[in-house]
Amino acid sequence: MWSLTIVIGFVLTLLILYFAIKYRRRDEDEIPRPIRASHRLEAVWIVVPFFVTMGIFAWGAGIYYRMYRPPEEAIDVYVVGKQWMWKFQHLDGHREINELHVPVGRKVKLTMTTEDVIHSFFVPAFRIKMDVVPGKYSTIWFEPTKAGRYHLFCAEYCGTSHSGMIGWIDVLEAPEYQAWLGGGAAGGSLSASGEQLFQQLACNTCHKADGTGRGPSLQGAFGKPVQLSNGQRVEVDEAYVRESITNPKAKVVAGYEPIMPTFQGQVSEEQLVQLIAYIRSLSNAKGSESQAGSAGAQQTKQTQ
Amino acid sequence: MNIEVVEQAPRTHYLNATYGLKSWLLTRDHKRIALLYLGSVTFFFALGGMFASAIRLELLTPQGDMMQAETYNRVFTMHGIAMVFFFLIPSIPATLGNFLVPLMIGAKDLAFPKLNLLSWYIYNLGALFTLIAIVTGGVDTGWTFYTPYSTTYSNGNVLLTGVGIFITGFSSILTGLNFIVTIHTMRAPGLTWFRLPLFIWSNYAASLVMVLGTPVIAITILLLAVERVAHVGIFDPALGGDPVLFQHLFWFYSHPAVYIMVLPAMGVISELIANMTRKNIFGYRFVAYSSLAIAVFGFLVWGHHLFVSTQSVYAGMVFSILSYAVGIPSAVKVFNWTATLYKSSISYNTPILYAFGFIGFFIIGGMTGFFLAALGIDVHVHDTYFVVAHFHYIMVGGTIMGYLGGLHYWWPKITGRMYPEGWARFAALVIFVGFNLTFFPQFLLGYMGMPRRYYAYPPEFQVLNVMSSAGASILGVGYLVPLIYLAWSMRYGPKAVSNPWGAFGLEWQTSSPPPTENFKETPVVTWEAYEFRPRHEAEVIDITRH
Repeated sequence: MWSLTIVIGFVLTLLILYFAIKYRRRDEDEIPRPIRASHRLEAVWIVVPFFVTMGIFAWGAGIYYRMYRPPEEAIDVYVVGKQWMWKFQHLDGHREINELHVPVGRKVKLTMTTEDVIHSFFVPAFRIKMDVVPGKYSTIWFEPTKAGRYHLFCAEYCGTSHSGMIGWIDVLEAPEYQAWLGGGAAGGSLSASGEQLFQQLACNTCHKADGTGRGPSLQGAFGKPVQLSNGQRVEVDEAYVRESITNPKAKVVAGYEPIMPTFQGQVSEEQLVQLIAYIRSLSNAKGSESQAGSAGAQQTKQTQ
Repeated sequence: MNIEVVEQAPRTHYLNATYGLKSWLLTRDHKRIALLYLGSVTFFFALGGMFASAIRLELLTPQGDMMQAETYNRVFTMHGIAMVFFFLIPSIPATLGNFLVPLMIGAKDLAFPKLNLLSWYIYNLGALFTLIAIVTGGVDTGWTFYTPYSTTYSNGNVLLTGVGIFITGFSSILTGLNFIVTIHTMRAPGLTWFRLPLFIWSNYAASLVMVLGTPVIAITILLLAVERVAHVGIFDPALGGDPVLFQHLFWFYSHPAVYIMVLPAMGVISELIANMTRKNIFGYRFVAYSSLAIAVFGFLVWGHHLFVSTQSVYAGMVFSILSYAVGIPSAVKVFNWTATLYKSSISYNTPILYAFGFIGFFIIGGMTGFFLAALGIDVHVHDTYFVVAHFHYIMVGGTIMGYLGGLHYWWPKITGRMYPEGWARFAALVIFVGFNLTFFPQFLLGYMGMPRRYYAYPPEFQVLNVMSSAGASILGVGYLVPLIYLAWSMRYGPKAVSNPWGAFGLEWQTSSPPPTENFKETPVVTWEAYEFRPRHEAEVIDITRH
């Protein structure tokens, strides 16, 4: 792309300079012969750029498509942006601020949201950027190939300390990553925190595991489609669970009354992530759960 | 060819027909209104320029030292608002366009002279609100007003500024409407659509965008105000709104707005190239139609500002293709301008220097647009200094080069005086060098990953930032010099003849400055556009002969 630009820019500049010197006015009364353009020539410089640009388009679209198609077997990290910091939650319960530790050579998937305004997660070295929008989850993934410390920037203007909302991605070699994980998370795994919260908020009084409650059972629900009362079917994913907690009447599961109260304002974005991790773990008994504690890079790969 | 040089200036012309402040403030003469606009937009250009200087000074060092972060955010916001809404959008249409549209089509005035004056007052009313907003603390949302920051979190004068932009929009609509009606109904006998100067075509295309696009930004600002004041959930998800909806609405106007800025400049460049080379524009019809194509496609590309906004991947692809579609007619113009130079007779006066500068900047600005339209690349460079450099190459490198080139070229017609040629060539050169030094390093900064709107930055970005700031000081001088000598020439410049360039076009067939009624008698057009020599002498250029 750079070279194409340089070539085209160079050729046009040379042409203009050549004409500019060759056809300078030599006589004040000089009036050059008019020229009639041929349509064939015009067609050439319409059609050729068209095909060149369509080529560029296809190339760019291919990269873009892969970028927003997260792989199945990735390490999950949840990200919450906030004026003016980045908060990370690993499935094993590790929490970090403005610093994210990941192992080299593994795919990492980020599920992101924000507590306030729009931010944008930008790691120039990885060529990735994704806006972090309040009220929804956005995702991005990457696979670091070289250990090191890489800049993380907020790219969407977000207020006074926008330029202070920067951090680091620490890409560690596998053994070092193990050691870092070994440091342990004080509060237990993410889904364990979610389970606690599930009881504190009394979600379990309606969403009973055996399906006899006033709300649907959440055992095995995550990742599968569900029939709604309005006849539609939706996949139970992060976005749907989030919406069902903050705005429960929007999409009610068929066969249940719309009696669930909203929890908007009662649970923070980070707690929402914990609840989602818990509900997810119910569908994936030895999946994300087993990543908790000392589970390492290799083990996660097997369990997914 | 009807170039008749009238050596004697008439005793009365539009400038000395009447005297006194009232005769200016209540004038209905499009030429005087153009000068009123010239004064207003020059004020905002200077204001925006001062904000720009403050930005470049702060960015000399990585850490924030000259001002507070809060202040810096207000400064870059006010820079954007002053430049975009109060300088770039009205710059060419409201000054050169106002002055030239009736002259170029052989009319006595615009179709609605009173609306024209009203548009200037509306502009100033909007400007007043915005100035009050600036003086009472400014606004820190960026000129893009992204929600929910602007509706819920910002504590700046969002509403006051919004009201200012809302009002000013109507002046733009009135100007556009006036041009469209005038061009349709008031062309001189014999002046068919394809005999029109290309400046008219491009202003016509820009007018379509002004009339169709501006109401959308007005509605958007209104919705923003409703949410900010009454807390009705439109954009803020906490109230049940969608923040990305705002971005769609905002760019639905603000991307076409770039074409309001650059289309008239392209029209100026076509005039400068044809007249400074005494050559018919190569592929006239293609250049004319390309203006319309840009105006139409320009409305369909807004989504390329949202490639990383959580917009759907497939929508992104459609907007990417359409963005290339708008690039083609722009490229067609550049190819045709270049081809016009072939076997021409180029006079090296200041206007052609600006035209060459424009083409150079436009090639760089346009090609980097192809980077940005490519989805995979945009993800990396979006919201970085790469974007900042790109749009400055188009909006400053393009529009302001066209504006200054046109101002020099028509200066003898507008004022009846010549500007000092030596100083003017010098200033054009300084601007060219200063501009490149200011903005080229920003492409590299962006590619390296420096995000835009950063008050402080990691130290590895410093060298390029210092280069950019150094360039900005050269650029500042480059803009200051014409301001001084043009003001000087209004009084002391040598008197201009009616057609000092041996140029083509009806505006050169009346005296300099023109009489209030423009033409003593309505001209009748019997020649083609830019017909310096009869058509039957034409040489046909084809591929096989190349």
